[in-house]
Amino acid sequence: MNVVLVNLAGVAIIAFVIWWFWLSEPKAQRVLKNVVDIVVEGGTYTPPRIEVEVGKEVTLRFLRKDASPCAEKVVFEQLGISMDLPINIPKEIVVTPTEPGEYSFTCQMQMYRGSMVAK
Amino acid sequence: MSTTRLSLSGISCAGCVSRVQKAIDAVDGVESATVNLAERTATIDGTASVAGLVKAIEAAGYGAAELRSLEDEKDKEAAEMLHYRVLLRRASVAALVGLPLFVFGMAGLLPELTDGIGRAFWFVVGVLTLGVLVYSGGHFFTGAWKSARNHNANMDTLIALGTGTAWLFSMVIVVRPEWVPVSAQHAYFEAAAIIVALINFGAALEMRARGKTSEAIKRLIGLQPRTARVIRNGIEMDVAIEEVGLDETLRVRPGERIAVDGDIIEGHSSIDESMLTGEPVPVQKQPGDKVVTGTINKLGTFLFRARRIGADTVLSQIIEMVRAAQSSKPAIGRLADTVSSIFVPTVLIIAVITFLAWFNFGPSDQSITLAVVTTMTVLIIACPCALGLATPISIMVGIGKAAESGILIRNGDALQQAGRLDTIILDKTGTVTEGKPSVTEVVSFGQWGEEDILRWGASIEQGSEHPLAEAIVAAASDRKITLPEARDFTAVAGRGVAAVIEDQQMLLGNRRLMQERDIDISAVMDAATALTHKAQTPVFLAVGGKVAGIISVADAIKDDSKAAIRRLHELGLKVVLLTGDNEATANAVAKQVGIDQVVAEVLPEDKAAKVVSLQQQGERVGMVGDGINDAPALAGADVGFAIGTGTDVAIESADITLMGGSLHGVPDAIKISRATVRNIKQNLFGAFVYNSLGIPVAAGVLFPFIGVLLNPMIAGGAMAMSSLTVVSNANRLRFFKAREQS
Repeated sequence: MNVVLVNLAGVAIIAFVIWWFWLSEPKAQRVLKNVVDIVVEGGTYTPPRIEVEVGKEVTLRFLRKDASPCAEKVVFEQLGISMDLPINIPKEIVVTPTEPGEYSFTCQMQMYRGSMVAK
Repeated sequence: MSTTRLSLSGISCAGCVSRVQKAIDAVDGVESATVNLAERTATIDGTASVAGLVKAIEAAGYGAAELRSLEDEKDKEAAEMLHYRVLLRRASVAALVGLPLFVFGMAGLLPELTDGIGRAFWFVVGVLTLGVLVYSGGHFFTGAWKSARNHNANMDTLIALGTGTAWLFSMVIVVRPEWVPVSAQHAYFEAAAIIVALINFGAALEMRARGKTSEAIKRLIGLQPRTARVIRNGIEMDVAIEEVGLDETLRVRPGERIAVDGDIIEGHSSIDESMLTGEPVPVQKQPGDKVVTGTINKLGTFLFRARRIGADTVLSQIIEMVRAAQSSKPAIGRLADTVSSIFVPTVLIIAVITFLAWFNFGPSDQSITLAVVTTMTVLIIACPCALGLATPISIMVGIGKAAESGILIRNGDALQQAGRLDTIILDKTGTVTEGKPSVTEVVSFGQWGEEDILRWGASIEQGSEHPLAEAIVAAASDRKITLPEARDFTAVAGRGVAAVIEDQQMLLGNRRLMQERDIDISAVMDAATALTHKAQTPVFLAVGGKVAGIISVADAIKDDSKAAIRRLHELGLKVVLLTGDNEATANAVAKQVGIDQVVAEVLPEDKAAKVVSLQQQGERVGMVGDGINDAPALAGADVGFAIGTGTDVAIESADITLMGGSLHGVPDAIKISRATVRNIKQNLFGAFVYNSLGIPVAAGVLFPFIGVLLNPMIAGGAMAMSSLTVVSNANRLRFFKAREQS
């Protein structure tokens, strides 16, 4: 009985990992103003997923509160943008997504992950 | 809410103030704003972005720039030092609990879990370890939780799960031993504490090593002076650099660094620009010349007007460009990125499979122990950081290293491509040569003297802006020759010019002009050919239908072009000279500098086509030019090198910008590129091998064959060392020398 339960639990954990980390996404925060504040803290970007309008300029203002060196850069691979983030000083990135789609932003090692969805 | 200070330009009256005020007030997020006419500044409170404010003011017809000097690297260093100490303290606290447990445990001095006293002892140890996990490892748990909520998993997830599993399993054994078979009743509190200690300690060391990788940027930031001497209302005063506004007048005294970019308005001096261009010879400057931030005034004193401040100065742009380039990744790193992005969830799945495999198929008396230990070890040993760091950390050092030599590399791809080039096309004028033609010889025939030839030639060319014309006029001026008036001036495109001087019809131009106007030049062709063989361009002068003389103009070859081209050959590259000049002169230049292939008489618009035709033959082509006239060819090449003359160079124009005028920058960039790519490959190899061997060993694949099982504490140590090794290997690049003598 125990053996079956343990195995079932194992399979359930694997299914959960696949579903939670790969198949589902955090809820996007719809951007209504032209400036979005994104906090970098505890290994995450908050909000982690933002929704913006295609063709409209938006300023993403990153505030890094995380002292870990992993947080020191933010990279928008598809947009060719990368920027150093000083601790506790807001840093702005102005972007105009010209094509609809998902633009991810990450730290250099792909561990901090966020995305900007242009619709 | 934050406060932004802007320096304004173009405001001169109260009307301007109200227009700027209106423009600022209309920006989203502005809570209050004050515009100061006397200081020409605006102070804005609220959440509006700086970019939005500058744009609004510019739309109103004025200029604005943020009044903030470069980010204070000292603050960053102080914050890093603080974090370093925090990491060390966390490591020490965890070690203080973990090490005695480990040592006494190995010596068999700790009580067993079998009786009440033993269980009470281990319970206390469990609570202590929980304290360690909260104090020294709390950030792993909060990071893991926050990431998980965002559907993300990172390093923290692995460490939190690994140490959490160790603690939880041990606590179950202490509190509810009956749930676990007797053979599996072993507590892992010391493992949890020591792993946390090792990972914190490794992170502290890595932080120190990482600090060294950004030394090039720190050096550039260090060039920015903290104060400047401005003249306000006739009074000189020292002010903080943040207080210098656009269009203010500044004084620079001998030995001082220039605080902002501007134009000299009074005085002369020589300025050392080597920190930006790598060129050791100081540059002479006079009124009207530009000066740039961070360069050093040698002997003179001068006044200049501030034209670009804060983030707009050349120095700031260089720093931003180097920073951006340091964050970019070449294609070689993309595979690692893909692996990194799915790495942690994959390891979680492997950990569960490992657990189930041992639980189901392990030796019956040890299956739970082996399942727990191997799961924990898999979680701890896996290190996506080494993989993720492998490329960017080397790029950071490589691009920084190049910047120190006055070589600005746009991004990681340009860095990677530069090392793979097999052909380099060099533009002649301004690249191989100085780009400043001068008269080298004047030959006269018949009854006229050399001075007559030069006098007439210069007179005809007076109004022309052609570089050869400027050289001829300058030569006459040097010899203090008075120029007669020329009339009926006509230019013949691509040939030369005609004019009447002292009632005589004169023609000045190339051989084609003479032939088309039926001037017999056969008698002087030997002299002309001799000149082209010396890499000079002969300009014929005909007076009254007869050839009267030749003015020979040459563009001197840069002192070090020959040596730089030899280095390119040594690197295995084919070198091609591309020029619009005549073939004989181009061949002569090529011979002098050791180039074996010449493509001459190419129109500027055809240069890009030549690059393409070489690429179609399968060559990877680097094009070196001045960045302005050769822009299409530079853009079409696999790597475009813009060669500059000092700090005037347009740094936006190419993949690689050589701030100094020397061609040596090209082999230097290629050598740095090759060294960096080699370093990245070593890092990637190490990180891939580490993870692809470490994880299976941690999962216990060797156990059935040779009975080897990895201790989770050793896994913790190995994990901490793996990223440190990558950073240290990248740091070796700092000592790379592209040139022996540099």
